[in-house]
Amino acid sequence: MPSSLPDGDPAPTDGRLPESALSTLGRTPFGFYVHVPFCTTRCGYCDFNTYTAQELGQGAGSVSQGTYADTVIAEIRMAREILPASTPPVSTVFVGGGTPTLLPAEHLALILREIDAQFGIAPGAEITTEANPETVSQAYLEHLRAAGFTRLSIGMQSAAAHVLQVLDRVHTPGRAQQAVAEARAAGFEHINLDLIYGSPKETDADWQLSLDSAIAAGPDHVSAYALIVEEGTALARQVARGIVPAPDDDVLADRYVQADETLRRAGFDWYEVSNWARTPAAQCAHNMLYWRNHNWWGIGPGAHSHVGGVRWWNVKHPASYAQRLAEAVSPAAGRETLGPDSRLMEHNMLPVRLREGIGISELSQQGLIRAQEAVGRQLIDRQMWDLGRIVLTQRGRLLADAVVRDLVA
Amino acid sequence: MDRHAARRAPGGQQVSTQPLTTESRPLSASSAAGRTDPARIRNFCIIAHIDHGKSTLADRMLQLTGVVDARHARAQYLDRMDIERERGITIKAQNVRMPWTSGIDGTEYVLHMIDTPGHVDFTYEVSRSLAACEGAVLLVDAAQGIEAQTLANLYLALENNLTIIPVLNKIDLPAAQPDRYAAEIAHIIGCDPDDVLRVSAKTGQGVDQLLDVVCREIPAPVGEADAPSRAMIFDSVYDIYRGVITYIRVIDGHITPRQRIKMMSTGAVHELLEVGVISPEPLPTQGLSVGEVGYLITGVKDVRLSRVGDTVTDAIKPATTALGGYADPKPMVFSGLFPIDGSDYPLLRDALDRLQLNDAALVYEPESSAALGFGFRCGFLGLLHLEITRDRLEREFNLELISTAPNVVNRVILENGEEQIVTNPSDWPGGGRIAQIFEPIAKCMVIAPSEYIGAIMELCQNRRGTLGGIDYLSESRVELRYTLPLAEIIFDFFDQLKSRTRGYASLDYELAGEQQAELVKVDILLQGEAVDAFSSIIHKDKAFAYGTSMTGKLRKLIPRQQFEVPIQAAIGARVIARENISAIRKDVLAKCYGGDITRKRKLLEKQKEGKKRMKMVGRVEVPQEAFIAALSSDEDVPKK
Repeated sequence: MPSSLPDGDPAPTDGRLPESALSTLGRTPFGFYVHVPFCTTRCGYCDFNTYTAQELGQGAGSVSQGTYADTVIAEIRMAREILPASTPPVSTVFVGGGTPTLLPAEHLALILREIDAQFGIAPGAEITTEANPETVSQAYLEHLRAAGFTRLSIGMQSAAAHVLQVLDRVHTPGRAQQAVAEARAAGFEHINLDLIYGSPKETDADWQLSLDSAIAAGPDHVSAYALIVEEGTALARQVARGIVPAPDDDVLADRYVQADETLRRAGFDWYEVSNWARTPAAQCAHNMLYWRNHNWWGIGPGAHSHVGGVRWWNVKHPASYAQRLAEAVSPAAGRETLGPDSRLMEHNMLPVRLREGIGISELSQQGLIRAQEAVGRQLIDRQMWDLGRIVLTQRGRLLADAVVRDLVA
Repeated sequence: MDRHAARRAPGGQQVSTQPLTTESRPLSASSAAGRTDPARIRNFCIIAHIDHGKSTLADRMLQLTGVVDARHARAQYLDRMDIERERGITIKAQNVRMPWTSGIDGTEYVLHMIDTPGHVDFTYEVSRSLAACEGAVLLVDAAQGIEAQTLANLYLALENNLTIIPVLNKIDLPAAQPDRYAAEIAHIIGCDPDDVLRVSAKTGQGVDQLLDVVCREIPAPVGEADAPSRAMIFDSVYDIYRGVITYIRVIDGHITPRQRIKMMSTGAVHELLEVGVISPEPLPTQGLSVGEVGYLITGVKDVRLSRVGDTVTDAIKPATTALGGYADPKPMVFSGLFPIDGSDYPLLRDALDRLQLNDAALVYEPESSAALGFGFRCGFLGLLHLEITRDRLEREFNLELISTAPNVVNRVILENGEEQIVTNPSDWPGGGRIAQIFEPIAKCMVIAPSEYIGAIMELCQNRRGTLGGIDYLSESRVELRYTLPLAEIIFDFFDQLKSRTRGYASLDYELAGEQQAELVKVDILLQGEAVDAFSSIIHKDKAFAYGTSMTGKLRKLIPRQQFEVPIQAAIGARVIARENISAIRKDVLAKCYGGDITRKRKLLEKQKEGKKRMKMVGRVEVPQEAFIAALSSDEDVPKK
């Protein structure tokens, strides 16, 4: 079951944004997120907004992978009508899912072309798509590269067969590494491997194998996420029934340290709590856009957007999403306009996760006192603190949420 | 809603309605209060266990005597407080005057039925109610037999030389075993089983005969009509409009309106504003004479100025000797009550002030706890009194409260000969200066099916009990007498007794002085800092078990902090148990799905709000729920 949407204010049916939000658009980079809500099977841990063919049903609803690109294009055109001419050229596009690579490469290319046609894609822009290892081939990847995609994010998750099985992943160990090679051959310079740690039955050795295998495949970026047991997932039910143990926070902390050390030795530096890159150029610019609180438009069912202090989110189900667009109604289900408290919270909670951190001038008097205490507890890096920046230590990254709560208390 | 249902005002005071017209049959002229011939008066009470049908019987009597007609009868008319109605018990006694023409001799009698509180904590009030009567109806459920409290109150009635009329109720029930329990009662009070009346209060069967027997068997009150007036106060209730309503039984002389009266214990003089009888609503009369039961109103606003057991006399022509048996209410159990929301402290103070108007036994003084903030140290007659008071505070005043573990009153003799009365672990003398400690003990009576003797004895041994004797009430039911430290009884004893006997055991106890005891104070320390709310005075042999259980509970209840938190139990400087909460290592969400920043921010905001509700013990954040759960006797501590 996909996770639920937040509570918010109703969004207007025409999707119009307040002038105050639009006026800040030119100041920061602007990107698109495109959500592709299809998967062949649902993985037991996943609560993303995605659906199998079986879940979507046949016929009537007219939601299918075949027509999905047209629906996406309709929302891109709606965005064009809402956003002003002052909107900067698009500096990042990120296609995620679901499994974007279930769509024909040509459809992904069409979507990209439409964004370019409506908004213009900036020179040197980062254009990423997520890919499941079993869904891509050399030819497919060449097609994407030719269409303008510059970055590939491959869902490797683990190198251990029994862990992949627990996660319901259908690819075999080795397939992800092979996909990296194919992507390289297709001309992709930037390649990410996604890993998950802390799965039931995963050992320290399994995790080490996953890290080593990922590094050996030669990506320039690695994301490593702790397994979260999300409410409503098959995994949550198994945990509740005692079939598999819940991930232990101390084990997750150990695995994080293991990942951080292994990746650092292999020449990767952390730039965000869960992300490591070989070079500054290899960092995911789209990811940075989120953490730096910049603007983006999220296309697709359940997608989230942020423009100038207004956040909104689309209806979740692909059928109602398509229905809305067919009727030229905004697919937004709800929105929130951030007040001073929310802005302050986000202002701390987002960039504190980044290696670049936040300047101490951004903190309140109370926040400074708390930060000083966190330096004492070795959660904030003392050298950077002396240089006037809040940057988390390895321990601090593992307690980032606690640090943020203290800073804004 | 009828007017009875609307009788309770916010804050729990009773609201009197005007004397009624339609619902009561006017008392006939010859029975007019103030002039009733004592020879035709019968004063009685009903002794019964909870659920044995006392209130139903009282209601039936009100109907049969025409005091309340069936149309207006409300179930359990005499139990007026909501809590009483819900728990099916009577806390404050009521009394009612009923006319009855005997089917035996055709004489018209005036019956005063005096209701008695049904619980062990109110033994003193029960004894005063009994002292206002010449007879008692011993009411026993024909399906269950006599219970411990009933037996205790029966003994109390016998000590007061009351005539006992044994009655089996609920004979209409399929499970009734009237022959068996008639034999049991006959065995206990030494009568013939055939003398035990059989009624069904529910259907009314046998109740008129019972009233006839009351008139025949119970002696008329005796007193000197011309002597200086003396009346005994057996209850005293605060009414929001009228002030304190004092219930009295006239022993000698006359009480008339406009008289100036004197309370003999304090010498305080009051102007009488109204004298009357309850039938079943207040009905002003021209006075009350020898043997009569009624109420008086003086305009005082505090029940402590009109004390149960005190003697009322004439201010100008006072009696020289007070009636016997008066005692000040003495709190035996103490507990700290703290509002969960600290800003409710003034509300709690006002609420206690209001309750005290109607509860002479309730005492309290401000207390401040490092862990729980500001609250009150309250003294109660017993555990039920504590529970009822807490319940009323929460229900009638919308307060959310934490109560600390109940304590008894210990007497500590220091090495320098000085004596200290300790009702709060915080006041326990430290530094090894203690020479002797005395704790209150209670004589305890348990009645249960004989198959549970072993389980009951084991429990009582565990609670430092001394067996006083075992009696078989019948082949299958047994009475056990134990002497137990009061501290052991007030902690979870009744629950344990019930669970070990599948709910069949009943318990009664009365205080029986004190004994020397080896008690220690066990402190619970978080990161080396004692948490006052968890300190406990406990027998030295049980200190280790308490320490282990408390530290174990707290380890599960307190969330991990950013640093290691040792939890210790200690007697003075000696640590007897230790647990450790290791430092939290991970508190971060790995990612924000698809840019759902809103969800993540709301989660953090929620966590931040939760942090505000934490109580700080030194640097350690302790959730409210941890205090509540750790202070409850429940063994099933939820996982954090």
